[in-house]
Amino acid sequence: MISVQTADFDVAGEYAALTAGDVDAGAVVLFVGRVRELNLARQVTGLLLEHYPGMTEKALEEILAEARSRWQLIRCRIIHRIGRLTLGDQIVLVGVTSPHREQAFAAAEFLMDYLKTRAPFWKKEMTSDGEFWVDAQEKDEVSAQRWKDQA
Amino acid sequence: MIKVLFFARLREQLNCEGLELDCADLSTVTDVHQHLLQQYPGWANFLEDRKLLVAVNQTLVKPQHPIAAGDEVAFFPPVTGG
Repeated sequence: MISVQTADFDVAGEYAALTAGDVDAGAVVLFVGRVRELNLARQVTGLLLEHYPGMTEKALEEILAEARSRWQLIRCRIIHRIGRLTLGDQIVLVGVTSPHREQAFAAAEFLMDYLKTRAPFWKKEMTSDGEFWVDAQEKDEVSAQRWKDQA
Repeated sequence: MIKVLFFARLREQLNCEGLELDCADLSTVTDVHQHLLQQYPGWANFLEDRKLLVAVNQTLVKPQHPIAAGDEVAFFPPVTGG
């Protein structure tokens, strides 16, 4: 299941939902991305997250389907926040359950790598020097590319 | 007609969220791009950025992708979510 929302999310609640009534999922991996203070040596005070309504949901569904085709996953969850966020706020949650930890770890990492390079979200940083659109980083594309090499 | 959308930094640079184009003479994404450059010469600096991505009907495509009436074509910078 995917959600794109302005509201914050509750990790314990998401864990409960991922595991409720399921005794086959021996492994649960939850990743949470947060707004950090220092990005590339710039002092960040907050973020504005823009997205492409409609395409965002479609892209995330495609990324989830791709993960499900590669690994044995039982339940998957992606939450991505949009709008104005402040330091320490949660931005994104990726959760997967699987019978096996190797599958769960790999799928969660894949989901984040693909989300960061394929889903139409853009971050604008609020800093003491003004507002700046964040540039895409080469290392994120490199991280996403290695899954292609393995396909 | 086709709908053209711009997002994030590109939207701010062009000061335009989107527009509609008559697509009679446009057969690919590259044609749309060329048409925009001819119609709005001031956009060249921003639209000629090789890193821009393009989506047709909300799926990432390559420049040679075909265009048909009713399509939604979006240009935007590399994504930075997560």
